[in-house]
Amino acid sequence: MSDNKIMPDGAILDVANLSVEFHARNTVTKAVRDVSWSIRSGETLAILGESGSGKSVSASAVMGLIDSPPGFVTGGTIHYRSRDLLGMAAEERRAISGKKIAMIFQDPLSHLNPVYPIGWQIAEVMRIHGMEAGDARRRALDLLERVGIPNAAARAGSYPHEFSGGQRQRVMIAMAIALKPDLLIADEPTTALDVTVQAQILRLLRQLQKEESMALLLITHDLGVVAEIADRMIVMKDGEVVETGDVAEVYRNPRHAYTRQLLAAVPGQEPFRPEVERSEVLIKATALKKTYLLSSNAPPLNAMDNVSFELRKGETLGIVGESGSGKTTLAKTLLRLNIPDSGSVTYRGKDIFSLKGDDLFDYRRRLQVVFQDPTASLNPRMSIFDIISEPWAIHKGVKPKQEWAAAVRDLLTQVGLKPEHAKRYPHQFSGGQRQRIAIARALALKPEVILCDEAVSALDVSVQAQVIALLKDLQEKLGLSYIFIAHDLPLVRDFADRVIVMRKGQIVEQGFTSAIFTAPADPYTRELIAASPEPDPAVHRSRTQPAANMEAHA
Amino acid sequence: MAHQILSTPLADAPMPENRFKIILGMLWRDKFAFTATIILLVTILSAILGPWLFGDAAIVMNLRARNAPPFDLSRGFAFILGGDSLGRSILARIALASQTTMLIAAATVFCSLVAGTVLGLVAGYRGGLLGEAIMRVTDIIMSFPSLLMALVILYVFSPAISNVIIVLAITRIPLYLRTTRAEVMEVRTRMFVVAAEVTGASTFRLVFKHILPIIAPTLLTIMTLDFAFVMLAEASLSFLGLGVQAPDVTWGAMVAEGRAYLSKAWWLSFWPGLAIALVTMSLNLLSNWLRIATDPLQRWRLEKPETQNV
Amino acid sequence: MGSYLSKRAVWSGISLFLLVVMVFFMARLTGSPADLYLPIDAPNSMREEFARLHGFDQPVLVQFFTFLRGLVMLDFGESLRQNRPALALVLEAMPTTLLLAFYSIAIALIVAVVTGALAAWRPNSIFDRIATLLSLIGASLPNFWIAIVGVLVFAVGLEWLPTSGTGSVAQWILPVAVLAIRPCGLIVQIARSSMISVLSAAYVKTARAKGAKSRRIIFVHALRNAMLPVITVAGDQAAGIINGAVIVETIFGFPGIGKLMIDSITYRDFAVIQAGVMVTAIAIFMLNVVIDIAYAILDPRIRMN
Repeated sequence: MSDNKIMPDGAILDVANLSVEFHARNTVTKAVRDVSWSIRSGETLAILGESGSGKSVSASAVMGLIDSPPGFVTGGTIHYRSRDLLGMAAEERRAISGKKIAMIFQDPLSHLNPVYPIGWQIAEVMRIHGMEAGDARRRALDLLERVGIPNAAARAGSYPHEFSGGQRQRVMIAMAIALKPDLLIADEPTTALDVTVQAQILRLLRQLQKEESMALLLITHDLGVVAEIADRMIVMKDGEVVETGDVAEVYRNPRHAYTRQLLAAVPGQEPFRPEVERSEVLIKATALKKTYLLSSNAPPLNAMDNVSFELRKGETLGIVGESGSGKTTLAKTLLRLNIPDSGSVTYRGKDIFSLKGDDLFDYRRRLQVVFQDPTASLNPRMSIFDIISEPWAIHKGVKPKQEWAAAVRDLLTQVGLKPEHAKRYPHQFSGGQRQRIAIARALALKPEVILCDEAVSALDVSVQAQVIALLKDLQEKLGLSYIFIAHDLPLVRDFADRVIVMRKGQIVEQGFTSAIFTAPADPYTRELIAASPEPDPAVHRSRTQPAANMEAHA
Repeated sequence: MAHQILSTPLADAPMPENRFKIILGMLWRDKFAFTATIILLVTILSAILGPWLFGDAAIVMNLRARNAPPFDLSRGFAFILGGDSLGRSILARIALASQTTMLIAAATVFCSLVAGTVLGLVAGYRGGLLGEAIMRVTDIIMSFPSLLMALVILYVFSPAISNVIIVLAITRIPLYLRTTRAEVMEVRTRMFVVAAEVTGASTFRLVFKHILPIIAPTLLTIMTLDFAFVMLAEASLSFLGLGVQAPDVTWGAMVAEGRAYLSKAWWLSFWPGLAIALVTMSLNLLSNWLRIATDPLQRWRLEKPETQNV
Repeated sequence: MGSYLSKRAVWSGISLFLLVVMVFFMARLTGSPADLYLPIDAPNSMREEFARLHGFDQPVLVQFFTFLRGLVMLDFGESLRQNRPALALVLEAMPTTLLLAFYSIAIALIVAVVTGALAAWRPNSIFDRIATLLSLIGASLPNFWIAIVGVLVFAVGLEWLPTSGTGSVAQWILPVAVLAIRPCGLIVQIARSSMISVLSAAYVKTARAKGAKSRRIIFVHALRNAMLPVITVAGDQAAGIINGAVIVETIFGFPGIGKLMIDSITYRDFAVIQAGVMVTAIAIFMLNVVIDIAYAILDPRIRMN
């Protein structure tokens, strides 16, 4: 034990040469290797990395949240104000957790206990650290007000499932700042949230940090978020720190090749696609309407309201919207998975809802789909060969059985995989590879249109860029048209010819990508573009704060 | 984070070359399940080979061996567990009874499994009015006091083996039906099923190629567990005199026969009861093993010894 | 809650009605009770007299409507064997069975939840292994066999406990223990696996990040979440005891509903069988309502619907 260690200049927390391993089956994963960093009082440090980089592991080690087994800290020290966190007794460490160092997480719904009211959960952290029950309750109400939950007194008795995603994260934040900690660790705090909500939460974090003068450790995969909020940053890859420095400096002048690659992969940097008027209409949707009755006493939900658009041959049509915008309902309608209350969709002039038999089969062949989660969209019990050849098994006569093997090999090569991968099973591939398999399956029937439903949203930035490049390449070679549904504006900006912006079931704006992004007509479009984190700190610092009046309605 | 790392796929893991060998290896890793399998195999073998092994020792009465005490080899190996009130070898009778016991349990589980799965598929996949009707009937069956009803029904329709099977099967259908329905409703919303659906796959293909293979392990696990439950239920009925009737015999009936001699000859009831206990226990252990072995997230526990003593 | 209860009551009413109809007609299929209640050589006039007295000479449908009319007034008719109202006999026997079920489940639940929670805290520890094995054994033993062995050992062999009766506390020990063993074994398994999955939930991580002690994490944060599946199984088991106490009651000579039913079946005492099945079904219905209420208390997400 090395108590009273001399801390680096002004640092309140110092992680030195930390190594953590996870043991599973007969493999040992060195999640973090010889990692060192420290954070100063009041500063914001970001740890940036893709999945598997080990970016959250050191933070979990700080909080003592590594389950052992399977995780083991195999080396290094963590000092908080000159006291060794790893060496101290459990009792002593508990006194620091929640009080001096607090943490918030991604996915606040699963991180809040579903069976207790949120007021109780906020008060609990104060009671654990010795505050009297009545005082804790009163302070919990103050905190709820403070993080922007309106009508706190009434809402304190509500349960987590009764709040929206953004509000739940506010509740988590209230819990974390209850005892005025020195350090707040935020692990992907805005990842599952809509961009406008993300902007509000980041603003709240920055404001609280200033008022409480606490240090903020931000763990994220999002370069935009880092640029938005952090002072210094660490880039991690495969369990090691590859780059450390001032955010502006790192962005302007990245030293490590990986950092450069990451920065290059950030979407939204390419020139707009040229405005080309295409004439051949493939899909035409007219005045689509779909209403859901959620319960007898709630007003009906307008999932689609007067939605009309056209998809022309050879183009990429981007559809953007936040959760509840109706973009998923629209996708399902195009796939004939649900039937609209009114309105029509035609494919090459034929109404898709009156298609029967061979015509319907033909439509199914022409329109293929790639879903968001590549893990869920591949049957885990089928081999890659079975998965890719299934469309031919369904559409008998398209391809004789003896040609399947060769065709599967071709398709695998076409999407950048190896022919011998056909024998394997989905779980043996990474997320990006699985998405390539899903694309190969979509290509099997030589479709005209591929519907990409958040097809790259679950992937790491660098993998995202690769999959988009593949899609572009296929479009060029095969003359495909894409309907590209996404919540991520920069992606759409790079990839789409035309963009539709949806909100609450309605199309608020549609037009050429360059027009939408450079001169948005609708205030919501403007807000959406403004809220999207800008991966360039220089741009960000000079930008004025828009939409401050939208606060707290998330 | 940790979980992400743990689940990072081994992109170059070799494919299994021999399924049977792997299953055997996974059984060997769980010593309880391994023992359980052996007990079950012995039971099945004794059901098949019993008559051949013991000849008619299970039927021939031998007044000198009435209530003969166990562990006495003077009457031959067949009497190692003693003799019953009519002087028949208990060991031979246990082997004989295992036939009927297993037959009833297997037939019941099979009938309720097939009926429950089919109805559950319909209720879960089609839903609608038919699905609703199926669920309502299930609710009604489940709200009946099942053992009491079984007693009444068996009394009315005479306690033949086939009636025992029918009555037990009806009371067990809801278990399979509800499980299948819940699983189907969950699996059919999974993306790979939707992907096949929008490619134009037929209902038949969706159900048999995509949905059933996913829920089969769950049904298999439940089946094993239910086999034990049905054995106990049949034993209870037979014990109360409303199960199978002489000359047919099951373990439950043997326990009932021996009850009258409890204070004089405990072994009459004890051994068949022990047989029931051992077999049900083995089934429970095996079901536990199955649950782990068929769960991709837990299977590694049985796969290979770990390099570290985690 | 109110609309839920009324909907539930309607469905249960329908199934109860079907049940009664079934039992009524099936009971009539067993043959005339006169054969049982009169001497074998009874003259025909005596048989007719008996049938007329109890209404068995009427067409079955007429008997059925008479029965339904009685049902509305909660009159199930007279017991043939004891010449007393059937409902009274059943209601006398019911409390014994309900008490038996209550004690057994309460004991099983307390023992099993504590054992299961402790086993889950350190999976694969010695305690966990022993608890898991014992619970498996407990869940596998046929209860008539435990009862017989129990009588053999504790009553016949050691002479610590009486073999039958309900008078003293000692007479309850064996039956309650016998009935508790299987549910206890099953609940330990459910409680353990439920607890293990809850302990790896994200909110448990949050609680640890708050600085909460292990005891607080197990008993405040995890246990309440882990209880839902436990309640389901405990409910099933309680229902199982109410309708399956026959065996234990027969072996221990307990004057409960099970013993009454099996006697009535052997003596073709229609009125008592009908009343017994009906009252048992109502008891199970009430039990299910209690379980649903327990759900709603434990989990606010269920309360909403």
